[in-house]
Amino acid sequence: MARFVVRRLLLLVPILLGLSILLFVWVRALPGSTAQALLGERTTPGAVDRFNRQYGLDRPITTQYWAYLKTTVRGDLGTSVASRRPVTTEIRERFPATVELAVAAMIFALVIGLPLGFFAAKRYGEFFDHSSLFLSLIGVSIPVFFLPIILKYIFSVRLGWLPSIGRQDVLIDAEHPTGFYVLDGIITGNWNAAWDASKHLLLPAIALGSIPLAIIARVTRASTLDVQNEDYVRTAKAKGLAPSAIDRRHVLRNALLPVTTIIGLQVGILLGGAVLTETVFAIPGMGSWLKEAIFNQDYPALQGGILFLAFVFVLVNLLVDISYGLINPQIRVS
Amino acid sequence: MSRALRFTLALSAVALFATAAAFAATSRTHASDTFVFGTEGDPVLVDGALVSDGPSLRAVNQMFEGLVGLKAGTTKVVPSLATSWKTSKNGLAWTFKLRQGVKFHDGTKMDARSVCFNFGRNYKLPGYLQGESTNYYWVTVFGGYAKPATGNPGPDKSLYRGCKVVNASTARIILTRPSSSFLAALALPSFAIASPTALVKYKADAGSVGSDGSFRPTGTFGTSNPVGTGPFKFVSWRIGDKLVMVRNDNYWGTKAKLKKLIFRQITDSTARLQALQSGELDGANLLAPQDVPSVANSSSLKVLSRPAFNIGYVGMNQKQGPLSNIKVRQAVAYGLDKKAVIGAFYGGRGQVANQFLPPLVEGYAKKGVPDYSYNPAKAKALLQEAGLSLPVTLEFWYPTDRPRGYMPDPPRNFQAFAASLEKSGFKIVPKPGPWRGGYLSGVQSGKAALYLLGWTGDFGDPANFLNVHFGAAGDLFGFNNPALFKALQVADAEPNLDKRTKLYEAASIQVMKFLPMVPYANASPALGFKKNVKGYVPSPVEVELFTPVSIG
Repeated sequence: MARFVVRRLLLLVPILLGLSILLFVWVRALPGSTAQALLGERTTPGAVDRFNRQYGLDRPITTQYWAYLKTTVRGDLGTSVASRRPVTTEIRERFPATVELAVAAMIFALVIGLPLGFFAAKRYGEFFDHSSLFLSLIGVSIPVFFLPIILKYIFSVRLGWLPSIGRQDVLIDAEHPTGFYVLDGIITGNWNAAWDASKHLLLPAIALGSIPLAIIARVTRASTLDVQNEDYVRTAKAKGLAPSAIDRRHVLRNALLPVTTIIGLQVGILLGGAVLTETVFAIPGMGSWLKEAIFNQDYPALQGGILFLAFVFVLVNLLVDISYGLINPQIRVS
Repeated sequence: MSRALRFTLALSAVALFATAAAFAATSRTHASDTFVFGTEGDPVLVDGALVSDGPSLRAVNQMFEGLVGLKAGTTKVVPSLATSWKTSKNGLAWTFKLRQGVKFHDGTKMDARSVCFNFGRNYKLPGYLQGESTNYYWVTVFGGYAKPATGNPGPDKSLYRGCKVVNASTARIILTRPSSSFLAALALPSFAIASPTALVKYKADAGSVGSDGSFRPTGTFGTSNPVGTGPFKFVSWRIGDKLVMVRNDNYWGTKAKLKKLIFRQITDSTARLQALQSGELDGANLLAPQDVPSVANSSSLKVLSRPAFNIGYVGMNQKQGPLSNIKVRQAVAYGLDKKAVIGAFYGGRGQVANQFLPPLVEGYAKKGVPDYSYNPAKAKALLQEAGLSLPVTLEFWYPTDRPRGYMPDPPRNFQAFAASLEKSGFKIVPKPGPWRGGYLSGVQSGKAALYLLGWTGDFGDPANFLNVHFGAAGDLFGFNNPALFKALQVADAEPNLDKRTKLYEAASIQVMKFLPMVPYANASPALGFKKNVKGYVPSPVEVELFTPVSIG
């Protein structure tokens, strides 16, 4: 097991190195330039030259990459051109918001998706099964930019139950030791702040979690159907075990295995979806920040941000693989 | 299992109902002396000298003041920290009499020394803070630095020569050549007077240069300790979230009605609209044109319009094809159906422009401007007079993306104009391109014959429109007209405001006779507010002051 983990961690090095080269070339291949993006329509060629010199953008690309690599290895991801702040500071401030949102979305997807898929399989071919299939079809096919607008229109504009923007009410002045607002409220004993932050999370979590929910429901349904027909389930039935005990001990446990893998892959979808969700809910996370970075052609922010997210993605999948081994003894043995 | 299913369903229903009930109980209104304004972005810094973007200037404007200000809703220069000013005979020395007894938020006195400190700060900025990306307005208005970094303009290019403390309440700014546009520029939040004590204490200009060549400000003046004399004081700023200000109870003038002012950044315009509709915002900047009707028709909201301070035009490069001939340029002007374009694509927020200056800018000519209303027959006749055989082929460049205030839908503007030009004896070759992916750079380097472009004013002075575009030979329009250059130079240097306005009126007409471009649109940006908000006066330069604003 230890060797497996070490090997996977070592594999990270070539992955990140390759990715950094790709990213470096890609952001420079984008039409236009940072100078033009920031100086706008008032740019003069002289101003562009001065800007490029100031930011070292006039040097050969290999020299630039080498300088970039050297600083990156030291844990310095450069300075955002748009905000003039270190990219690492931006990530430190924004990443918790994205994690909080992704976790909330995943909880939403699991809490609804798992039972939905499981019961659909139990009621295979019946009305509940069909309607849950239909629901998950809507879940995957509804355009991601559309759902938040509808949710906000109903729950914020019409009913006024939930806030439509941000992470916390503007009038709450809470401490943020960790940057995870719900957690911060709980740690500091500021229940009002924690409650308010949870309210702000609800609509974005539903919007972001709808696609993972649909996928989880479908995978759970399919794997439950498979497991139900396994020999050991039939044996358990023949043994006269109560149906609820069979479900709990034999069906559910085994049906959840493929779902674990799916959760790991969903992290990518969640991080990608966060770009849009954070933008429409005005959440200052990694997604909305990267969107702005693309808009401003903010090279250091784009490179640093995406590299960091890729690192997180690879790491999460490693964790999923490890936990998969823990859940399923067969894999551990082999 | 059906029991378990039923149980789960019942449980979720109860949970949903309970949450809904709890949420319904929460109030979404706040105290009426707190105003939450939705802005289109975060400030970069709350330090006027080092910013040029709208969100930064708006924030700076609430907490800082300059020597002069603008009368609300206009571009007319009025006294602010200076109560009066006069110019020396040669137009080089500007003496400002300062308001007495004004204090910065940190309790220090505002006097002539603080004024000269602030101007000196800009002039002597360290190399890494010089240039358009950081110190845009200084470069644009004053043009040079005491110790320029490589490639930056030096004292020889500078309009600013120095600042002299005559006595505690009199400061004198000395220029290297006469200019009057600089007075209007002083109303910009970028030239606001900051507390010298705070600038030094919080290291406003400190920074380090990284190994990749980029610089990093390390001081905290512009991020957490901005100190000015304005009607609001800084409380806190969380990037991406909110900027909080409170009323300055020691303000020298009329104190703000609001106790607390909060700017919330929401880049997405639909999100801004929905937050306004849900009551989370009291006001929102920049409504998208398509959202304006839904705000206007709402029973609880209202729309306010900023006076147009921009100009959309069809540029003509005189180095391209037959465009050096005035008759051909006139034919283009007559061949553009401006009214149809404004009517169709500006969502009721545009007006047809007849000159380069927007109506609110001093120097806008009320009469005597040549009329180039759509007239295909006249256009054809002019082309024949020029000795050309019809149709005359011209390349027409247009951007495929980036709607701008003065041009909400570039491709459709192009299509309509191309159609009307083809009826007027032209054959149009479309040249589409992405704004940043070659369009703008191509147009600016003089490759386009006809093109769609525009301008939004930096500050309320005709020089910022006319001199910037037609004051010298450039690649954008590709012409050399010494008479026009001279006229604009004379107008800019005239210290008497009335005379200056007259000179600019004449220059504006002269431009329309020479016709380097065909102006066609002035567009008004829209803001949304709760119906019970009072006192907000939209300004053409977009940085409204919140002092007179109240709710209820």
